[in-house]
Amino acid sequence: MAAPTPQMLTANRLKDGDVLYWKSGAWVESLKDGDVFAEAAPADAALAAAQAYVGDNVVVNPYLFDVRVAASGIHPVKEREIIRAAGPSVRDDLGKQAADPSLRPVPRPVPRATQPKDDDVSI
Amino acid sequence: MPLIKFGAHSHDKGAQFVEDPFFFVPDGKAFPEEKGVIVTLARFQGEKENLFTHHAPVGVRLASNENPQVLKADLPRLAVIVLEFPKFRDGRAFSWARMLRTRFDYKGEIRATGDFLFDQIAFMARTGFDAWEVRQDFTLDEFHRAMTEISHPYQPAPDGKRTIRELRATQ
Amino acid sequence: MYRYDEFDARFVAERVAQFRGQVARRLSGELNEDQFKPLRLMNGLYLQLHAYMLRIAVPYGTLSATQLRKLAHIARKYDKGYGHFTTRQNIQFNWPRLVDVPDILAELASVEMHAIQTSGNCIRNVTADHFAGAAADEIEDPRPIAEIIRQWSSLHPEFSFLPRKFKIAVSGSPNDRAALKFHDMALEIVKNDSGETGYRVYVGGGMGRTPYIGYVVGDFVAKADILAFLESVMRVYNEQGRRDNLFKARIKILANALGPDEMRRQAMVEFEEIRKAGTLQVPQEERDRIDAYFAPPVFETLSDEMPQGDADFGNWLKTNVAKHRAPGYAIATISLKPIGGVPGDATHEQLDALADLMDRFGMAEIRVSHEQNLVLPHAKKRDLPAIFARLKELGLATPNAGLITDIIACPGLDYCDLANARSIPIAQKISERFADLDRQHHIGELKIKISGCINACGHHHAGHIGILGVDKKGVEFYQLQLGGSGAEDASIGEIMGPGFGKDEIADAVERVIGCYLEVRKDGERFLDTYRRVGMTPFKNVAYGQDLHAAY
Repeated sequence: MAAPTPQMLTANRLKDGDVLYWKSGAWVESLKDGDVFAEAAPADAALAAAQAYVGDNVVVNPYLFDVRVAASGIHPVKEREIIRAAGPSVRDDLGKQAADPSLRPVPRPVPRATQPKDDDVSI
Repeated sequence: MPLIKFGAHSHDKGAQFVEDPFFFVPDGKAFPEEKGVIVTLARFQGEKENLFTHHAPVGVRLASNENPQVLKADLPRLAVIVLEFPKFRDGRAFSWARMLRTRFDYKGEIRATGDFLFDQIAFMARTGFDAWEVRQDFTLDEFHRAMTEISHPYQPAPDGKRTIRELRATQ
Repeated sequence: MYRYDEFDARFVAERVAQFRGQVARRLSGELNEDQFKPLRLMNGLYLQLHAYMLRIAVPYGTLSATQLRKLAHIARKYDKGYGHFTTRQNIQFNWPRLVDVPDILAELASVEMHAIQTSGNCIRNVTADHFAGAAADEIEDPRPIAEIIRQWSSLHPEFSFLPRKFKIAVSGSPNDRAALKFHDMALEIVKNDSGETGYRVYVGGGMGRTPYIGYVVGDFVAKADILAFLESVMRVYNEQGRRDNLFKARIKILANALGPDEMRRQAMVEFEEIRKAGTLQVPQEERDRIDAYFAPPVFETLSDEMPQGDADFGNWLKTNVAKHRAPGYAIATISLKPIGGVPGDATHEQLDALADLMDRFGMAEIRVSHEQNLVLPHAKKRDLPAIFARLKELGLATPNAGLITDIIACPGLDYCDLANARSIPIAQKISERFADLDRQHHIGELKIKISGCINACGHHHAGHIGILGVDKKGVEFYQLQLGGSGAEDASIGEIMGPGFGKDEIADAVERVIGCYLEVRKDGERFLDTYRRVGMTPFKNVAYGQDLHAAY
């Protein structure tokens, strides 16, 4: 049986739109400092707890996203979250990566097997 | 629900909380003893004469996808038209109110009900609404504020408020 | 250009105060996010990937030097030192804080600018030909009617909660530089047989998931009647546009469901009524009053000779300078597409320097084009060498207007919450691949447009080569479309087939170009060749041996 995909919890701060990550019942600004949930139950519990911050008008739209754990650290699976954690990929002087270059994406291999084989034009 | 109504259907003058003289009677329910009922369009079309004969004054409540032109012939006898906002994003009722006032010269009450925002009240007043079913803690101060946030409109509307172009012409 | 009077100034000031109140109500929790969202959208404020994004209206793409300086100031004070010009002639800032936005709007109001209705399900910025008032082929400047429409549509009580957004464009020339036929509604200034000017009105164009080319709903609408006509079409849309399905809610769906005859018939019913009532007529005095704001500068009598310059200046003249209607003048395009750069971005230093340049050469206006470049509409030919030299210093003189490296790209997944894939790095890759200017000229006119998602803000359906970024199982892929056009010969690009990976797309484009160069006949642009030979030759080469192996 496959292990569940690890997840983290993120939101945007209401007053300035900044990207935040959940850590121990509160929020931090760097993905590196956030909690990683190995199981669904604590992930869901954190998401539920995060709603209090929505009700208090501190954050908007908290949600869980997938990460992978590698020797180089914790990395989001999806491109969108990679970019959200670091900043625009075309301006390494902007976003969180400006102060912390280690947030910049680590190139990862895309195994042949996962490349699409068929002609379907997605969308 | 608390009801705010204009004295006459234009401008901010005379907006008051009033006792609702009507009962909304859901489909399938019996009519009350008291006079003054509001029913859905379907019920109105089915029981029209009975309503006018025994339960007047009569009002019709339209869903947002119900075009008021079906009521054209009955408008002179209808005391109130209630226009629903199922969700504040559904802006059809602005056009229905405008149609009632401008095309059909409807003189009765046009009442807003449902999920509308404070920030839509001024638009509603302009398009011809003159009554609002509001939340419990809504105040007349809020209403006044909604109505006066923007002093002068650019475009004409059924409320007859002078437009910026007209004001420019008088300078 | 238009100047606010006390009424316009009060209007935007009150709007700022209103939004300040709305922000306060949001921060206190009196409004939740679901309630606040439409309100902030109607003031142009999105929540994107990294931060909020504020879209500021540039009505019909016209700015003064004062306004440029204010935008530079806002970039410095409230943002990260740059702005992005969009495919609707607006400017976007990517990093404002919600709590600062009321102050930003107040600063904008002080220079007669705002962010009203640049988003939301309402009537958006009215765009216009960026060569308006200057082009040699123009019948009449379309901006006065754009201004009249802008005022009529501002906080329109009936049309602020439409089924979906509504975009209007206007053009005064038979050469459509405003992509009229891809708009919800569009006006083309035309002359009738009696020589009167009026409007041909199109409806139902659009990009997105289901692109459509608009059709004519009014062959000749008299100037006095135009607002009544627009209002009638809007009313049909507000009443009947679909509200059950977000992807079927634009007027293009309704216009095609009803068909031209029924759409016209319904619009005419409304139109006759509104016209009779008379309240929306635009009398001659009002038209004259607005026209006066857009009177062109007094053109001096100047030699029409183009001054000499070096080879770089010569290259720039070839593509970035267009014919002006007055002898001795020219229209200069300022490229925001440096090789390998981010399309449409400008730094605060560049904005300030452009304001200085405008003052230095006595220019009251600068324009934003929907192709994400800037335009100096009334440059004196004799000043062009000095203008060019200064632009070159500023990195704004890339001689590529209309060429393959003059790419249009939306912000894409680098910035946008809606995106599926990045678009800017693809633009950069293609730009670098084709950097050689001789090669660019050999290829000729080629409009590449890139969108990072189906919302098509990059207008990829109207690209000679259109690129759509998609997400396939978490990996970015890029679909090619060929043969789109946003001009008067409007067409929707045809999808080639399966997408290409981000490291393959530039190769695929290169193969497509190679094919064009091989099969083209004399004088054919890429678009012409495509229309003659169709998709097959291009498709055959695009999926080369190596790429097929990956599949």
